[in-house]
Amino acid sequence: MSGVSSTRIPLRDGDWPDPPASPEAAPFWAAAREGRFLLRRCTACGKAHWYPRTLCPFCLGETAWEEASGEGTIYSVTVLPREDPVRTVAYVTLAEGPTMLTSVVACDPHALAIGQPVRLVFARSRNGTPVPCFRLVAAGGPPEPALSW
Amino acid sequence: MTIHGRAHLVGAYEHPTRKAPDKSVAQLHAESAAGALADAGLTKDDVDGYFCAGDAPGLGPLAMADYLNLRLRHLDSTDIGGASYIAHVAHAAQAIAMGRCNVALITLAGRPRSAGHSGTAARPVIADAPDSPWETPFGPTTVNLYAMCARRHMHEFATTAEQLAWIKVAASHHAQHNPDAMLRDVVTVEDVLASPMVADPLHRLDCCVVSDGGGALVVARPEIARSLRRPLIRVMGAGEAHKGQGGGEVDLTYSAARVSGPAAFAEAGVTPADIKYASVYDSFTITVLMQLEDLGFCGKGQGGRFVADGNLISGTGRLPVNTDGGGLCNNHPANRGGITKVIEAVRQLRGEAHPAVQVRNCDLAVATGIGGLLGSRHGAATLILGRE
Ligand SMILES: [Zn+2]
Repeated sequence: MSGVSSTRIPLRDGDWPDPPASPEAAPFWAAAREGRFLLRRCTACGKAHWYPRTLCPFCLGETAWEEASGEGTIYSVTVLPREDPVRTVAYVTLAEGPTMLTSVVACDPHALAIGQPVRLVFARSRNGTPVPCFRLVAAGGPPEPALSW
Repeated sequence: MTIHGRAHLVGAYEHPTRKAPDKSVAQLHAESAAGALADAGLTKDDVDGYFCAGDAPGLGPLAMADYLNLRLRHLDSTDIGGASYIAHVAHAAQAIAMGRCNVALITLAGRPRSAGHSGTAARPVIADAPDSPWETPFGPTTVNLYAMCARRHMHEFATTAEQLAWIKVAASHHAQHNPDAMLRDVVTVEDVLASPMVADPLHRLDCCVVSDGGGALVVARPEIARSLRRPLIRVMGAGEAHKGQGGGEVDLTYSAARVSGPAAFAEAGVTPADIKYASVYDSFTITVLMQLEDLGFCGKGQGGRFVADGNLISGTGRLPVNTDGGGLCNNHPANRGGITKVIEAVRQLRGEAHPAVQVRNCDLAVATGIGGLLGSRHGAATLILGRE
């Protein structure tokens, strides 16, 4: 990313705004508290989608939760250098197909680029809800260890 | 059935204020309404249709209709963000064609500048919005959702920050002639690139102004328009569309104007090559570039080359765009730029734009807008207007 500061982007664990509660989303957060990342797939047309809905956005068929790989690539990303802490907003395309709005964390902003492989990391919101963020997967090296808490 | 030729734009008024801490939002709506009716040569009692969007205080159109003490037989508060007022002109023409009203008033007003609301602030959390649980933590403010579109456009089409900057440069060339414009200094590509980075790759000067203000339009039945002593500006065609995240099939390289634009041109029976003047919603530089491509002024991915080298500057460029200075330099009242787009198109078609930016023989214009958030959920509205 050009023209942005070299300040490292933090994980911001415990400092993300809380997601508003919704009965449709509750199972996602319950699984996230166990370290599992879920998405929903249609039982009629077979397609996975994002953000999760009980009825499929492609055919209005019934959908079911499934555990996702947490692997993806950056579709687009913006660095917000004037915010404190410096953060990113990104679209990440999951290995399962859908592209989700998220944030890439714990990285050097200059290392960010479209197409970079990323892996899920949960970082807690202010009330402790695990928020699905992503970290860069080091090219060629072993995956960064998942945070445990 | 078509709206082509079924209604005329008879009144247009842009409130001159850019900062109004001592006025209420309802007052700004009313002052704008009075200005547009006076411009048309009509009175409040001629109005039987009223249109407003989410900037109007109170429930839908009800509070403002009461404040203005209107007697209505048609109301419409369609809200697709800042593009609403472009859609309202089309809806008014439909209502007139159907015999639901004769004279439609459209108003917009707001005070985001006095209230400190801008596109870099966190958007208020609407807990019931279905996307809120999934997006609120990441703070998808207005500017960063447009920035991701710009970043992806650069990636796919090699569009450059310099090319985007040219859109602001053109706006500033026009704004220098507008005494009401917030930013009247001519800027260069270098000035834009040297301004602070707000949301990479968008700089501060890639963003529109935050202004208090308002505007209003009056649309009337052709027989009424012909009785007024104003140039006849005909509604010729319109289109409207929506684009979201597609259930996760996200593609940030195009906008809903890809649908609204061709629909409007088809109804009007004209092509982009026929257009003499274009009002193109300019919340950010990327918003303009995306719509020019989607309306067919150039091919997809060619927008960067199309806007560069002053091509949008009236008098020298191939396509004069936003000759009032646009949202980028002149005015973006209520953080919604749709109504000012229609107003400047009317000025151009009447030959009432500033002489330094007036397009010669301007008999066909387009006004197009993107409301909401280009990078997640937005509405688009396109309107073709012609002088008789
Ligand atoms: Zn389905």
